[in-house]
Amino acid sequence: MKVSRRGFFQVLGLGAAGAVASPDRSDASSPSASLGEGMGMLVDTTECIGCRKCEYACDHAHELTGQPPSAFEDLSILDTPRRMDEDSFTVVNRYPNPDNPEKPISVKIQCMHCLRPACTSACLVGALQVAENGAVVYEAWKCLGCRYCMVACPFGVPTYEYHEPFTPQVRKCTFCHERVTHEGKIPACAEMCPPMALTFGQRSELLELAHKKIADNPERYINHVYGEHEVGGTSWLYLAPREFEELGFLKLGPGALPSLTEPIQHAIFKFGIPPLTLYGLLGAMMWAYRNGDDPPVSHDMEGETNDA
Amino acid sequence: MTHSTVRAEPARHEFWTPGVYFLIAFTLIAVGIAIYRFLFGLAATTNLDQEHPWGIWIALDVATGVALAAGGFTTAAALTHIFHRHRYEVLVRPALLTAMLGYTFVALGLTVDLGRYYNMHHPLLPSMWQGNSVLFEVGMCVVVYLNVLYIEFLPVVCERFIGAVNLPGFLAALNRPVDRLLRFLDRTLSKVMFLFIIAGVVLSCMHQSSLGGLLLIAPYKVHPLWYTPVLPFLFLLSAIAVGYPMVIFESLLASKSFGRKPEMSVLTPLSRLVVLTLGIYLIAKAADLLIRDAYVHVLEGSLESWMFLVEICLGGLLPMGMLLSERVRHSPNLLLAASTLVVVGVAINRINVFLVAYQPPFAQKAYFPSLMEIFFTVGMVAALMLVYRAAVTIFPILPRERAVRAGRA
Repeated sequence: MKVSRRGFFQVLGLGAAGAVASPDRSDASSPSASLGEGMGMLVDTTECIGCRKCEYACDHAHELTGQPPSAFEDLSILDTPRRMDEDSFTVVNRYPNPDNPEKPISVKIQCMHCLRPACTSACLVGALQVAENGAVVYEAWKCLGCRYCMVACPFGVPTYEYHEPFTPQVRKCTFCHERVTHEGKIPACAEMCPPMALTFGQRSELLELAHKKIADNPERYINHVYGEHEVGGTSWLYLAPREFEELGFLKLGPGALPSLTEPIQHAIFKFGIPPLTLYGLLGAMMWAYRNGDDPPVSHDMEGETNDA
Repeated sequence: MTHSTVRAEPARHEFWTPGVYFLIAFTLIAVGIAIYRFLFGLAATTNLDQEHPWGIWIALDVATGVALAAGGFTTAAALTHIFHRHRYEVLVRPALLTAMLGYTFVALGLTVDLGRYYNMHHPLLPSMWQGNSVLFEVGMCVVVYLNVLYIEFLPVVCERFIGAVNLPGFLAALNRPVDRLLRFLDRTLSKVMFLFIIAGVVLSCMHQSSLGGLLLIAPYKVHPLWYTPVLPFLFLLSAIAVGYPMVIFESLLASKSFGRKPEMSVLTPLSRLVVLTLGIYLIAKAADLLIRDAYVHVLEGSLESWMFLVEICLGGLLPMGMLLSERVRHSPNLLLAASTLVVVGVAINRINVFLVAYQPPFAQKAYFPSLMEIFFTVGMVAALMLVYRAAVTIFPILPRERAVRAGRA
């Protein structure tokens, strides 16, 4: 089903590329990654101890606030839900665990790196793109700062440097794209995570691992890998002991969001046929009605004669 | 356009009235806010936050501005030039001017809202084209259409300055070449203008609808009263529905402001067309609500449901009912009231779709515009009115008045 829909879009994409204004970039650039061969991260919330080390690692790796590790040791703030902002690409929130009140459930959140992201489809200049390995990356030099990506993202991930008057950027988790592709490292958060709640690897393998974990410990996990199907699938995958809606996750359907707009766009631009048809139609009407129906109102005629 | 049977001339009125000083004051406030925003950023100026990336500068200055400039393609282009309804020619130039200024101010407003306004040309560079993006289509159409509008306005400039080019100082040497250029433009444009006029209608249909398509990508954030797959179609229908009322609204306001006789001989028949265009829009909107079963939300008592009721009742059903009456269509004041309601209704619709219906799931608080956002928007409207007034004083836009002609004859 998913594959056939992709094929459908690729056909449309090819058609659109020949048209006036549609090199179909975000789709064409990463078909293999989107098919599930890209990298992924499995977050096992039952392993997470809510230590915020990943927050520090991220801050350090991306030179965000430059605070020392001690600044990330206050665990009391975990109980008030936080969101990412321009200076924090990931945060950990803590949710009560009715099954075991002693052991609340900690959830790390960041960009989900969708397989078919709404943000890359929305961006009008391709400043957001899916990289070869599946990371959704941002190139500030292209960006207009229209913030349509923020409107489009179903997870509310991209944030903006509203305080920056001259060179504001869209800010979000990069999946440590630079570290992974150029330095051969794994994402900073996964490298730092003490209890191995984060597993970095191929998304397809992580999915297998996730389902194996569920099968091996059905009492430990609910039978749902969040991100496997949500909005067409995400690179980040989650395992949890309770329903995801209790843990700050949104209930999202399996449909990729670009499917809601791209067919319309491609239909409009396909070889420019619809606009040209309308153009021809209007031209024909203009000709057919060339004599008009009603004469100009009388006083204008007066004006005409007076001038003549 | 130049060869119409209607003779227009620069308005003969005192430019400097108390109202004009008011407009200048509000314009200067907007300029000040723009400077402040460019120096200190959006955080210092607006109430936008990480969950609310778009505020009234998008909902009003851009989305509503584009909708209210629809008179350009519905009246000036479609009705008069494609369907050749000559009686409406008196309205063509005012409608064209409004569209041209409207889109220009959309671009100006957008410049202030964009974080990296200096990259505004990027969508024009083929290397960055992103045809999947609805916003890309909107942007391209608006840019091209803005230029089409300038071209459509050129004959008015030619008419005004041919044989009257009088450049100051040493530039006077250029008087003859400029005059020749204008004559050449006038001759050439009169032959090819129909191409641009049709293009303008096509471009308008495309981006008016695509503006509604912008939010289709956010199904989990937009309230079901407004989120519908046919939102682009509703945006196009509402733009067509507001086109004529906007032209009527302006014509009557200009008449009042300049102490002229209202053009009821054309406005009354035009208002009959509004019954049709507004009627089609309201029927489409009702059908959409019924088919999607979204009507269950209409009376749920939430802010959204109240705003929806205000939009539909005040801005749709009430003016529709008024315009069905012969008396309203013949009375300048009542027609002004009905047209104003349609204009306000479409403005509320755009605010509703872009702001009220937009409910980001993780928002800590609702968005409400800052004083600077509000005053900038108000100032932009004032500036537009100011430029409009200046334009009708300089250029032959408004029809020559009967009394003046009689005096001359």
